[in-house]
Amino acid sequence: MNTTIMLFLLQDGITNGAIYALLGLALVLVFAVTRVILIPQGEFVTYGALTYASLASGQMPGTAKLALAMGIVAFAFDLFVARKALHGRLIVRSVLTNIVLPAIVLAVTLYFAGQKPPVAVCIALSLLIVAMIGLFLYRIAFQPLAHTSVLVLLIASVGVHLALQGLGLLFFGAEGQRGPAVLSGAFTAGSLRFTGQSLTVYGITIAFIVGLWLFFGLTLYGKALRATAVNRLGARLAGIRTTLSGQIAFLLASVIGALSGIMIVPITTLYYDSGFLIGLKGFVAAIIGGLVSYPLTAVAALFVGIVEAFSSFYASNYKEVIVFMLLIPVLLLRSLAAPAVEEEKD
Amino acid sequence: MQSRLPILIFAVLMAAIPFVPGMPPFWIVLLDNIGLAALVAMGLVLLTGVGGLTSFGQAAFVGFGAYTTALLTTAYGLSPWLTLPLSLVVSGLLAVLLGLVTVRLSGHYLPLGTLAWGLGLFYLFSKLEFLGRNDGISAIPPLSIGSFKMLSPGSIYYAIWVAVILSALLTMNLLDSRTGRAIRALRRGHVAAEAFGVHTPRAKMLVFIHAAVLAGLSGWLYAHLQRAVNPTPFGAQAGIEYLFIAVVGGAGYVWGGVLGAAIVVILKEVLQSYLPLLLPGSGQVETIVFGIMLVALLQLAPGGVWPWLMSFLPERTGGRKPDTSLMLESRTRAAGQSGVLLQVEKARKQFGGVIAVNNVSFDVQAREIVALIGPNGAGKSTTFNLITGVLSATSGSISVLGKKVDRAPPQEIVKLGISRTFQHVKLVPDMTVLENVAIGAHLRGHSGPLASMLRLDRADEAKLLAEAARQIERVGLSDQMHHLAGSLSLGQQRIVEIARALCVDPMLLLLDEPAAGLRHMEKQQLAKLLRDLRDGGMSVLLVEHDMGFVMNLADRIVVLDFGTKIAEGTPATIKTNPEVIKAYLGVAA
Repeated sequence: MNTTIMLFLLQDGITNGAIYALLGLALVLVFAVTRVILIPQGEFVTYGALTYASLASGQMPGTAKLALAMGIVAFAFDLFVARKALHGRLIVRSVLTNIVLPAIVLAVTLYFAGQKPPVAVCIALSLLIVAMIGLFLYRIAFQPLAHTSVLVLLIASVGVHLALQGLGLLFFGAEGQRGPAVLSGAFTAGSLRFTGQSLTVYGITIAFIVGLWLFFGLTLYGKALRATAVNRLGARLAGIRTTLSGQIAFLLASVIGALSGIMIVPITTLYYDSGFLIGLKGFVAAIIGGLVSYPLTAVAALFVGIVEAFSSFYASNYKEVIVFMLLIPVLLLRSLAAPAVEEEKD
Repeated sequence: MQSRLPILIFAVLMAAIPFVPGMPPFWIVLLDNIGLAALVAMGLVLLTGVGGLTSFGQAAFVGFGAYTTALLTTAYGLSPWLTLPLSLVVSGLLAVLLGLVTVRLSGHYLPLGTLAWGLGLFYLFSKLEFLGRNDGISAIPPLSIGSFKMLSPGSIYYAIWVAVILSALLTMNLLDSRTGRAIRALRRGHVAAEAFGVHTPRAKMLVFIHAAVLAGLSGWLYAHLQRAVNPTPFGAQAGIEYLFIAVVGGAGYVWGGVLGAAIVVILKEVLQSYLPLLLPGSGQVETIVFGIMLVALLQLAPGGVWPWLMSFLPERTGGRKPDTSLMLESRTRAAGQSGVLLQVEKARKQFGGVIAVNNVSFDVQAREIVALIGPNGAGKSTTFNLITGVLSATSGSISVLGKKVDRAPPQEIVKLGISRTFQHVKLVPDMTVLENVAIGAHLRGHSGPLASMLRLDRADEAKLLAEAARQIERVGLSDQMHHLAGSLSLGQQRIVEIARALCVDPMLLLLDEPAAGLRHMEKQQLAKLLRDLRDGGMSVLLVEHDMGFVMNLADRIVVLDFGTKIAEGTPATIKTNPEVIKAYLGVAA
């Protein structure tokens, strides 16, 4: 092989790896705060990507309606939980976030659908829609289960994944879509060609990693999230609303997922069920990072992306086998270095 | 036996179903599928619900079972009955290989690890030439007995359900045994089980293999039911589905696996056949409804449907009291159990920059009660962990009967006759007091898992339970023998821990705050018990904060402060020692 191919594969791997890194970060974040292993992370990716692509091609994405529907259910859950102590402020707040907000977004989407709005509007709307879905998802599916075991949360997570993937088929059909580039144009350096799109991917990934680092290190909300992750009960006793922490985590995860989707969809065609596999690779990175370390996850994700790029060139048949089997040596190393601490489960 | 009656009725019912006139053949197919899923779910019940090891990879084992028989019967013309043991062995061997890598993983790495190899193996099935790639292998011969070929779903039905019911019986036998108690203790962490000689990695491996073999059996049956295999049913989705069958049914219960299989298989079938009628023309509506119903079911019954159903039945009256006349042989004791039993010399434990135990030396003689006291954080529990092998000392040495045991694991320490209780109670809350205490006698029993499954362990088991019952009587908890350990008060749970430690037949008993949470009368009873034990030849080393209790009981007291020994002596001298008073009250007296 010559250097050009190698550099090309490397570049390809780094672009994909950057996406996996973002997803891996989101998985680590959600797991640390809520103990949910977020299998529907992949659906956030496809929802973001396909909502963006639909809007850009002048179609009305069904996700906007889903957000409103989920908002109504979330409102019902809020009312049911607070039925013994209903008061005006609570109801108004719940109506505003759960019904008025998605209704406005739906109206705006309906207004823009069919007239091919500018890229920036498409991005903003897609992010908003998926963010709301993420938020309501936590309220409906996971908040009532917050006290249960990791296993139950995991199974619920699978259920949510199935439902969302089925809905994805309903909204976007079985055909794949591509979206317009976020940043067009390109330049070449030596034999390498850098597209505006891939530069956007790098830029946003780095911005998110730095942003999360600052958020967790410096802000009060970030510290509250970390406290919830370490000890739920302790955090509650210290006055941190753990449901709020969960909502923030899901909000961040859905925004990160949707953003990743918007960044890939101009490069590769995405189908309603593509998210699962993309999410899983973010997973592989997150596991290599031990589900705790953000920088390690980012590095691992780049590694996964590069391995994938090279194996798709040399042994494309065994691409997935290689990526997933990559975990075995990592797990072996981890189990050799396993800490001898006692874990109290349940 | 009484508890076998419902199973017998169930077996008779299942046997009668195909003879019901007008039974639609399609229902038989459904029952076949339920049986196949139930086998895998049963393995997961043991692995995940009981053992606490979550696996997403079970579908891969089903695949190995199915592909093994498919390949051997088609390419090499072996009889399916010959490939049955081979399928099981292949699944089991794969479990050993994967288990060596994954079982030791702690916490959440394990489920993710299993997901990873589950996916990897799935892609391998679909890429390997000799397994037929995505097309798989077809024209697999049916099962046959003589000239009778099990071609129809109705004829293989019996093979499937005989396998299900036999596996359920064997699995339940396994759980109700010496090995089973070790497995059931796994979920609550390994420290307590290891303190009584359970080899936890081995126990984990055992359930992993058991679950894999059941999955392999399901795969073997599947291959001969479908008479064709392809990679699709062995992918990650299937692996996840098996897990939620187990969780929906009730992950801790063998019959929960069967019930879960029935719920999920029937629910999917109903959704697939009737939803398109309600909502015509829409693609994957059944997946959406299925996903939503799953989440709803978990929100309504997070523990699963089986325990929820069982809660409607009248509560079982307590089990029989074991026949306490059966004697368990005493532990073989090393000669010369007089003089120094335990010698701690300059033991030191550092955690990073923190010195938890700083060059502490003391000893425990035969027939002596020694108390280890000191303010919180003085290093008392760490000293206990050093002695019992949970932690290894940074420097210094610990010897038992003159023999150094510095690097010995907990399982070896308990063999020397040193048993302990824990500051934070480590019982299995959903096991009865009797079963919890019987874990203490683990090393004094001999039956292995195979003997337990086949019920060849009953004589051994009766002796273990008799010993446990005797120790429970000794500590005065006979009335609670058949209660769940989790239902007892904290003080009583501490006493249960003492009974468990006594089951080791120890020469030295290590008690970590045994009197905490006890009422005055109970403390006096405990003190009397400990004195009796000492007079019977046992030594006791205890950590305790209740000064009245310690001063009246101990023969000798060792005082620690910030990891350092500041005083040692009889209660009378300790009471007046200015160093001790300063450590406790912060001022010179």
